[in-house]
Amino acid sequence: MDVMPKWADAFLIPLFSILLAFVISALVILAIGEDPIAALKLMIEGTFGRSEGFGYMLFFATNYMFTGLAVAVAFHARLFNIGGEGQATLGGLGVALVCLSVPWPHWTLALPFALLGGALFGAAWAIIPAYLQAKRGSHIVITTIMFNFISSALMVYLLVEVLKPEGSMDPTSARFVDGTNLPRLSDILGFFGIPFSSAAPVNISFFIALLACYLIWLLIWRTRLGYEIRAYGQSESAASYAGISPTRIIMIAMIISGALAGCMAINSVMAAERLVLNSVEGAGFIGIAVALMGRSHPFGIVLAALLFGFLVQGGAEIDFWTSIPRELVVVIQALVILFTGALDNMVRMPLERLFLMFRRKKPEGS
Amino acid sequence: MTLMQKMLGGATVLAMTATAALAEPALMYDMGGKFDKSFNEAAYNGAKRWAEETGGSYREIEVTAEAQRVQFATRLAEAGFNPIVVLGFANAATVEEVAPKYPDTKFAIIDVNWLDIENLRQISFAEHEGSYLVGMLAAMASDSGTVGFIGGMDIPLIRHFACGYAQGAKAVNPDIKVVANMTGTTPAAWNDPVKGGELTRAQVSQGADVVYAAAGGTGVGVLQAAADANILSIGVDSNQNHLHPGKVLTSMLKRVDNAVFDVFSKGTEGFEAGITVMGLENDGVGYALDENNAPLVSDDMKMAVDKAREDIIAGNISVASYYENDSCPALEF
Repeated sequence: MDVMPKWADAFLIPLFSILLAFVISALVILAIGEDPIAALKLMIEGTFGRSEGFGYMLFFATNYMFTGLAVAVAFHARLFNIGGEGQATLGGLGVALVCLSVPWPHWTLALPFALLGGALFGAAWAIIPAYLQAKRGSHIVITTIMFNFISSALMVYLLVEVLKPEGSMDPTSARFVDGTNLPRLSDILGFFGIPFSSAAPVNISFFIALLACYLIWLLIWRTRLGYEIRAYGQSESAASYAGISPTRIIMIAMIISGALAGCMAINSVMAAERLVLNSVEGAGFIGIAVALMGRSHPFGIVLAALLFGFLVQGGAEIDFWTSIPRELVVVIQALVILFTGALDNMVRMPLERLFLMFRRKKPEGS
Repeated sequence: MTLMQKMLGGATVLAMTATAALAEPALMYDMGGKFDKSFNEAAYNGAKRWAEETGGSYREIEVTAEAQRVQFATRLAEAGFNPIVVLGFANAATVEEVAPKYPDTKFAIIDVNWLDIENLRQISFAEHEGSYLVGMLAAMASDSGTVGFIGGMDIPLIRHFACGYAQGAKAVNPDIKVVANMTGTTPAAWNDPVKGGELTRAQVSQGADVVYAAAGGTGVGVLQAAADANILSIGVDSNQNHLHPGKVLTSMLKRVDNAVFDVFSKGTEGFEAGITVMGLENDGVGYALDENNAPLVSDDMKMAVDKAREDIIAGNISVASYYENDSCPALEF
C-alpha cells in the first residue's frame, strides 16, 4: 500500500515544491535589493488583473500543453523525448506549407488540414529517432536532441532560401491568407457577449489543446494501446512476455509524441499568421518540465502548463516595470523546474513521514 | 461655478503636466538581449549617453518571445512613452501593427526601410559600404593574398556584410581569395566565441592573415584567436580596436548609438518621419582609426580608403547590395 493517499501525491508535493521555489526566488530578489512581495504582486496583477495579460498566459500555456503532452506520452513508454523542440519546429513548417499552398476561404476548412500538416511533419521528425531506437538501439535522448539542431538548420535554409518572399530581408515566410486567421478568444467570448481583450493572441487552439489533453487521457488509461504503452514503460521484459512488441510500442508512442508536438504549431505559427525562424522558442524544453511536474497526467499537464504560462507572462511584467534583470525571471522558472522535477524526493520524504505519523496515531485514538 | 471652473482648469493643467512628465522615450531591444556586445548594446550605449548628457530617463525592454513583440510595443505606447525606438528588422511587422493604432506616438525603427507609416521614422544602415572600406584595408594589409570573413547567424543581413567586404577586398586585389564562414544557423551563433575561435584557426590554416568578424558576441573569440595566431582581425558595430591593441586592424562602425541618441534628443517636437539611410556620407557607417591601430594603417592605405569613401559618396563607385537579388557578385555562399 502507498504511504500517501493519491491526492497528496498529485497535489501536495507539487504545491510544496512551488512554494519552496517561490520562497527561494524571494530570497534571491531580496538579495539584489528588490521587494519580492511587490514583484509577486506585479506578476499576479499583470497576469490576472487585465484580460490581455490573462490572454497571453493562456496563449503560452497552449504551447506548453501540447509539448507537455508530447513528452508525457513518450514518457509512459519510458522514452525520454527531448526532441519536442525540433518536432514542433517541423510542425510549424507543415502548418505553414498547408496555409501557404491553398487560398483558404475560411479557417474552419484550413484548421483541420493545418492540424494534419503539423501532426504529420512533427510525427515524421520523430519517426527516425524512434526507428533508430527500436531497431538499432541508438539512445532516443541523443538522437532527438540531435534532430533539434538539424531542424533549426533546415528551417534557416528553407526560410532564407526558399520560403522568404522576394525582396524581403526578414527571414520569415509570406503572411498567410486571411482565410487561415484563427478566431481569437476575444471573438469567441464576444459571441457570448463577454468582453475580452482582442490584443491577446490566445485563440481557438487553446480549446484544441484541452481536447487533446482529454483524448490523451482516454488513450493512455482507457484503451488497449494505452495499456500496452504503460506496460512497456513499466517493464520491457514483462511486456514482451505478454506479447507486446517493443518495436511497435516505441514507434507508435514516438509518432503520437511527435504529432502532438507538431500540433503546437497551430498556436505558434498559424495564429501568428506567418512562419518565423524560431517559432517554438523553447516550448519543447519547457514541455519536459511541464510533463514532469504534471506527473505525465493530462490534468496535471494542464495545471503545470498554466503555471508556466503564468511565469512567462508574469516574468514579462517584472521585466517591463522593475529593474529586476530578466535573467532573474529565468532563475525563478529554473527553480520551479528544479524543485518539481529534480528535487522531488526532498519534498516527498518529509511529507511521507508526516503521513506515516498520522497513520500511526489513528489506531491509538480509535 | 467659477471656483469649480478654476478647479477643473487646475486639474486639467495638472493632468497635462503629468502626461508631459511621463512622455519619456523608450527603447525596445530585439532578441539577443541588451548586452550582445554588438547591435543591441550599441543602441543601449546611445540611450545611456543621452540619459547622461540630458539627465533624462528612459524605459527599456528586452523582447524574449515572438509573441511579446506586439505586446511590449503596445504597452509602451499605452503607457505614454514617446518617442519609442524599436530595434531590428524582425520588428517591422510589430510597428506595422502597433504604430497606426497610436498616431500621436512617434515611433522609430532601426534596420528597416520599406514601410509606409505616418508616425514612423525608419533608419537603415549601408553596412555594405562600411564593409567595403574595411575589405579594402584587409586586402592591403594582407601578405598572403587570402582574407577571411566570419559571420554570426547565417541571415541575409550578415551576407550583406560579407558581400561588401569581398567587393572591397577584390577592388584592391582582383586575385584575392576571400574565405567566408558562418558560425551557425541559430541565434546561438551570435554568442559562441569558442566556435568563432575555431573558425578563425581554420581560416588561418587556409592562409588567411586578416579576418573580419561580423558576429556579435562570437566576434570576441574571433579577435582573440586572431591575436593568438598573430594575424590581424577587424571588429564590427562598435569600435573594438582596444580589445587587442596592435592586432585589430580596424573596426567597421555601425553607429546605431548615434541613431538612438538622435531620435531621443529630438524628442517628439523635432521628430521626422520617413526613411533615413545612415551611410558613409552622414557617418552612419565607417571604419575606426585610433591610437590602437594607428601603426597598422599606413598613410597610403588611409588615402586609398578615404578616396574610395568619397567615390562611393559621389556615386563613382557603386557597392552592390546583397539584397538586390539575394546574391553577391564577389562572393559565393
